[in-house]
Amino acid sequence: MKKKVLGALLVTTMLASMLAGCGGKSASNGKVLNIYCWNEEFKSRITDHYPNYTEVDATTGKIGEVTVKWNITPNENNAYQNNLDATLLKQEDAAADDKVDIFLVEADYALKYVDTEYTMAVKDLGITDQDVANQYKYTKDIVTDSKGVLKGLSWQGCPAVLFYNREVAKEVLGSDDPAVVQESVKDWDTFVATAATMDAAGYDMVSSVNDTYRVYSNNVSTKWVVDNKIQIDDNIMKWVDDSKKLVDAGYAGTHELWSDDWSKGFYPEGKVFCYFGPAWLVNFSMAADQPGSVGNLGQWGATVGPQGFFWGGTWICAATGTDNVELIKDIMLQMTTNEELMTGIVKKDDDFVNNKPAMEAMAADTSYSSAILGGQNPLAMYCEGAESIDLSNLSAFDQGCNEEFQKAMKNYFEGNADLNAALDLFYKAVEEKYPELTH
Amino acid sequence: MKKAKRGKVVSYNKWGYIFLIPFITVYVVFQLIPLVSTIVNSFFENYRSGLTQIGPTFIGLANYKEIFANPDIWIYAQNTLIMWVMGFVPQILVSLLLGAWFSDPSLRLKGQGFFKTVIYLPNLIMASAFSMLFFTLFSDGGPINSILIQMGILDEPFKFLSHVWSTRTLVALMNFLMWFGNTTILLMAGMMGIDTSLFEAAQVDGATPTKIFYKITLPLLKPILIYVMITSLVGGLQMFDVPQILTNGNGEPMRSSMTLIMYLNKHLYSKNYGMGGALSVILFVITGVLSLVVFKFSNNKEK
Repeated sequence: MKKKVLGALLVTTMLASMLAGCGGKSASNGKVLNIYCWNEEFKSRITDHYPNYTEVDATTGKIGEVTVKWNITPNENNAYQNNLDATLLKQEDAAADDKVDIFLVEADYALKYVDTEYTMAVKDLGITDQDVANQYKYTKDIVTDSKGVLKGLSWQGCPAVLFYNREVAKEVLGSDDPAVVQESVKDWDTFVATAATMDAAGYDMVSSVNDTYRVYSNNVSTKWVVDNKIQIDDNIMKWVDDSKKLVDAGYAGTHELWSDDWSKGFYPEGKVFCYFGPAWLVNFSMAADQPGSVGNLGQWGATVGPQGFFWGGTWICAATGTDNVELIKDIMLQMTTNEELMTGIVKKDDDFVNNKPAMEAMAADTSYSSAILGGQNPLAMYCEGAESIDLSNLSAFDQGCNEEFQKAMKNYFEGNADLNAALDLFYKAVEEKYPELTH
Repeated sequence: MKKAKRGKVVSYNKWGYIFLIPFITVYVVFQLIPLVSTIVNSFFENYRSGLTQIGPTFIGLANYKEIFANPDIWIYAQNTLIMWVMGFVPQILVSLLLGAWFSDPSLRLKGQGFFKTVIYLPNLIMASAFSMLFFTLFSDGGPINSILIQMGILDEPFKFLSHVWSTRTLVALMNFLMWFGNTTILLMAGMMGIDTSLFEAAQVDGATPTKIFYKITLPLLKPILIYVMITSLVGGLQMFDVPQILTNGNGEPMRSSMTLIMYLNKHLYSKNYGMGGALSVILFVITGVLSLVVFKFSNNKEK
């Protein structure tokens, strides 16, 4: 046994010295930086804001000597995760230049990666707690593993608010002032009552009941899964009750998010009062660049809504085995802690960035306002929202549970099943996705 | 001398084997190995939880027990058969009618080539694209609902994909549209293979066209009809793409349009090769039995 260990040690030393001799560079300075992500967002942030980055073509770039390779796989049907899983599982055997260096994750499935050996602790990259002190706590909670180790960083914060159609608010509620509108949506019972008023005036309160889902599901008191048993939180069941009321009374539809039917309310003819979402939704996803849309006319207003919540966000994780430790450290520090660079993102891209003092300063700055929101400065609302987000109840199964729950409940809302049958369908679907779970 | 002759015979054989190599290789790599490994997998617990691989652990027939203990598989089998029958019955009727018209020389149909091409065309579109098209057409705010409302037939949009029978009908309709051209051509080939002297003799004896169809065409077409039926049944059992895309993989409402293969696909989310394998083996057995039936009938024909 001892001999074997000694042999292995000798071989490793020999190999290490050989490698050092060949490359003439330390192991933390590979020539290729492989980045795995699902859309162009991070790439455009790097291109626009990271110093020394030069674009070569659509999928490659250069930072000094290092070639940056973008491996972009769309999110649809889990394709991004499937691809990433397959690559990470082969990480150990891959050649240094083929190893994943950086991969991006979303909140819904962050734990799946963070809670494994495949993700490097941020501390091991040389980033200290001091460095990330200005970041919002929730953005760190999401990527902290079960042992309390921070394993990723994000440049953005995604506190979400309620966006309402100002014209409709004036007509039905008598004012489009955020404070007045807030009174009509201050809690869920008032929200449902206002929905009746909206319906009488010919408007849908929300496009689909799935719009409100995340607001409820972010304010739960238990995890989806505890000891491999599926739990349904009371607040989620409240979503079911409230939504059933809305659907039965015809105050809202049951479309899936992102469907054509869902998006109709982006235009005045769609007759929808409000949507729920973070900054990126109203800026990028609600047809603000299309003439005639509510956003283009500057007729959205923002208010806090019944409960605070967050939606989306992208985290940067370093893959174990990377040969670009120094570069990753610099990218993380620049993108998520450099105040000047980050305020640049807010001004250019209307994003809400993960830097508390900087955002609070901008919230107080009267010169900043959003055209889509009719000249309102929503940053103060986002700041407040970001403070109140509590993410202690995330689990690695959230994505599957959230998706399947909404799908199953659609049957209940539309009258194709009673509540128990719909819940059974949910359990069945989740247990198919995650065979280790029971209920 | 003798030896050289034998050598020649052997070398002919050699070419036979060489020509077989491409087929055998492709068959072994893409059919036989997956088939055997599927059967082997079905006896193991083997799935992935997040990034953690569970198993493979040998668990004997536990996967089969789990599948049969759950009544769901019969519901999905029933869904599959219902949607297949709903599509197959109109398909065979329309195909018989078109086949009879196309193959009847006394009708002197014009532009036969054109129509034969047109009815076959839907089959050339990818099933998923076809399904996507129907999904958009029949969505709650889609063109079909707009037209029906504008014509005053409906007061508010009908949610086609939220009702059991409208969803199943759409799936059946799509399968019908995609496959009736193919069936027509098969049946037509069968009808044209029937000896024309039989038709002439019947006409001379004063039989009506309806009588000729029922007494001569149909009985002689039986082997082809059975072939069409069994291949369609085998295809129907494997129905996947159309309902998968139309219902977003959920078989909604309440899984009433979920087919067996869609159920199989559900297990692949967690790379559950054990359960997936067991389900595949069950499907394989059913399909195998049906293929044996075809084999038996085609043998009868030769007698």
